[in-house]
Amino acid sequence: MKVALFVPCYVDQFYPRVAIASLELLEKLGVDVAVPLNQTCCGQPMANAGFEHLTGNCNDNFVRNFDGFDYIVSPSGSCVLHVKEHLHSAGDESAASHIRSTVYELSEFLTDILKVNELPASFPYKVGIHQSCHGQRGLKISQMSELVAPDFSKTKSLLKLVKGIELIELSRADECCGFGGTFCVSEEAVSVKMGKDRLTDHLTHGAEYITGGDMSCLMHLEGLLRKQQSSVRVVHIAEILNS
Amino acid sequence: MAKPTSDHPQLAEAFNADEPRVDWHDKTLWFVREKRDKAARKVPEWEQLRELASSIKAHVLDNLREYLLEFEKNAVANGATVHWASTPEEHNRIVHDIIRSAGESKIVKSKSMLTEECHLNDYLEKNGVEVIDTDLGERIVQLANEAPSHIVLPCIHKKKEEIGELFHKHLGTPEGNADPVFLTTSARLHLRQHFLGSRVAITGVNFAVAETGEIVVCTNEGNADLGVQLADVHIACSGIEKIIPQRKHLGVFLRLLARSATGQPVTTYSTHFRKPLPGKQFHIVLLDNGRSERLESADFRNALKCIRCGACMNTCPVYRRSGGHSYHTSIAGPIGSILAPGLNMKENADLPFASTLCGSCSNVCPVKIDIHTQLYKWRQVIVKEGYTTSAKKAGMTAMNTILSYPAVFRSSGRAARWFLRNLPSMFDHRANVWARNREMPSAPAESFRDWYIKNRGKNGKS
Amino acid sequence: MASREKILGALNNAATAPKVPLPEMMKFNSPSPQDVENFAETLRAIGGTVVFGKTLATVKEYIFQNYPQGARIVSGISTVGEAPLSSEPQSYENVDLAILRGEFGVAENGAVWLKDENIVLRVLPYICQHLIMVVCKSDIVPDLHYAYDRVGDASYGLGTFIAGPSKTADIEQSLVLGAHGPRTMVLFILDEIV
Repeated sequence: MKVALFVPCYVDQFYPRVAIASLELLEKLGVDVAVPLNQTCCGQPMANAGFEHLTGNCNDNFVRNFDGFDYIVSPSGSCVLHVKEHLHSAGDESAASHIRSTVYELSEFLTDILKVNELPASFPYKVGIHQSCHGQRGLKISQMSELVAPDFSKTKSLLKLVKGIELIELSRADECCGFGGTFCVSEEAVSVKMGKDRLTDHLTHGAEYITGGDMSCLMHLEGLLRKQQSSVRVVHIAEILNS
Repeated sequence: MAKPTSDHPQLAEAFNADEPRVDWHDKTLWFVREKRDKAARKVPEWEQLRELASSIKAHVLDNLREYLLEFEKNAVANGATVHWASTPEEHNRIVHDIIRSAGESKIVKSKSMLTEECHLNDYLEKNGVEVIDTDLGERIVQLANEAPSHIVLPCIHKKKEEIGELFHKHLGTPEGNADPVFLTTSARLHLRQHFLGSRVAITGVNFAVAETGEIVVCTNEGNADLGVQLADVHIACSGIEKIIPQRKHLGVFLRLLARSATGQPVTTYSTHFRKPLPGKQFHIVLLDNGRSERLESADFRNALKCIRCGACMNTCPVYRRSGGHSYHTSIAGPIGSILAPGLNMKENADLPFASTLCGSCSNVCPVKIDIHTQLYKWRQVIVKEGYTTSAKKAGMTAMNTILSYPAVFRSSGRAARWFLRNLPSMFDHRANVWARNREMPSAPAESFRDWYIKNRGKNGKS
Repeated sequence: MASREKILGALNNAATAPKVPLPEMMKFNSPSPQDVENFAETLRAIGGTVVFGKTLATVKEYIFQNYPQGARIVSGISTVGEAPLSSEPQSYENVDLAILRGEFGVAENGAVWLKDENIVLRVLPYICQHLIMVVCKSDIVPDLHYAYDRVGDASYGLGTFIAGPSKTADIEQSLVLGAHGPRTMVLFILDEIV
């Protein structure tokens, strides 16, 4: 199986450790991972801001880089969702279509394709899970609290395989953190308030670490935590599973 | 009532200046969301009901013309008079004409978001008709000279102390009394006199049944019913999209409506008005105001399925932390943000951006409107129509260049990280909105790509 | 009439194909011996009082115990209280208690259906200070789908579901029983309405 690692733009630049952990984790699980070296971005920041019509070149670059793989895996639910729903290429639509049907977020890939049921990881801390909206409601990585339907969580199931980890409960299991792309600056007041409220939920339930599948959410929460000079840290799920 | 000239971000920022109040507003509405969840979980077939409701409404939208004609035929045969209005102005004129013909200058009105959409109260007041809103929440905002902030809970933004003050001023209740029971009883007595003295009653319409020509009005307070039954003239105002095909479909919608709105199994009163009593008048005013136009849009027509339950507002993390008034439109929150740009794009271009696209709204919507998808699509339309700032356009064009060309991406990224590491004070100014309340992310010396090439080489796939 | 034609014309233009068919209605639940108890429990939870009894004698006894001599009691049940003679709605302003017969109750939401002849006078269920309704034990259906089966294609002028006393939570989400309609509602579930 030929797998390509799709590294979100801000992860490549600001959180390389998340991509390193994802790469190492996949390799530990026996996957042969290629890293296309000319990838940039999935185009979501522009599209969500109303500028989807500008994303043609970005999309073409994406297709060029990720054509010809069995699976494309990324440590980001929102980027994967965007590609799944919006990747088109005037130049090579069949390649785009193949990519749309074979792109996976990391925990999805581990659960659905690799069917991981044990991990040598160890992370003996109290951890709160931030269920990123796009991964959850878009990719159905875990059940949504609004629905009358059986509970499940691919994220939680994977984390439960980690030795020593203690997963805390939250008052509001899946409320949005307030990052939302350009929303984080265009509606700064609400964005910050939403983030602060999420943190309060985690902190009052004793979280030492906050984890999730999207570094964008975690970056926003980390910004707030550090401003509060909190000792709580954010950590991407890839890093915990690879620990 | 003064129209706010600010946009959502500005109004939301002002709302957030009082953090304890935001917490109170947020917790109160989350409580309503939790009540909805509890009620929905008591109905094992809840998701099937949503799907059924959504399909029934989709069918109605595909056949709206036929169903409206059927409704009109049956309503008229029952003794109702059916009026058609293309615009809010026309709607208001029709309503005023009916009131004038009845020789009345004071009327009672129960909750109707449609009349808010048409600014009916303002129109009638300008034309010498006194309007008494009889829903308690609506009466409160009326006395406060404000618009309702929520379509089901009109004064959810008001604390009981504020309501107590209002009642002290307008109803003569004792100063400082903020007890909900006492205040409600005072409102009951005060409004009772208005009910008894009014010969014309206006109501909204929750559902209009094509098969039987009847309309259904749902309330908890009984104000719609008391108003109508004491009056000689009943004017029911409805959007053309409120039609449902058959009486038995009410079973689906009434099972979903109150549970979605407030977590109750059903509203106290679900009244089916079909035939006026001899000697009384029953008028039904059907309003278009852009609905027929919206129907032509494959992307946006599903918003017409809305049954005005307000569940989307209760779950929206942005609405809960910015309040209905920051949406500066008659219907706020997620559903308002996909309806308002269609009515006036210039004034409402900010609304689809007042969202993180979290998708919670679409999940609670009893008729499965794809609200968050429509929010995204409206953003594309708004930008294409030019309702965006030149700064934003420039920023996005720059971003496009950076993200389209790998070499540009790499060098821009490297530069940004260099500046963050070596000249962090550059990022410390007011214009850096991120940094007002958040630390900047730390900037590593190496990007992932740098690390990969260093540790794994450029081998193979690139 | 111009707007009517304009709107209908616009709707004609908006018509698209293929059209979504009207979905089949289905039943999700079945009648069960639990329905009566569920109905009573639900109604109590939404602020109603429920009294079980054999006949209307239970109702008469209740009124005797709870309402003073001078109370104005208007009734749609001939053997209890004053019959509504005036057709002038305002003349019922001072009614303390109204007694109405319900056709059936709905277990899932505690609502009682009544129409025209059972409402007796349209203003009565709303203008009274207190409301008593009477329903037969064998007339409880599981949910609204069954309810509308029972309503059928009846040609009423006014039909209504009443679920408990009037209420509001408009002031800071504090539930207050007694808004503009009746302040209390007592439902008698009788073996027979005689």
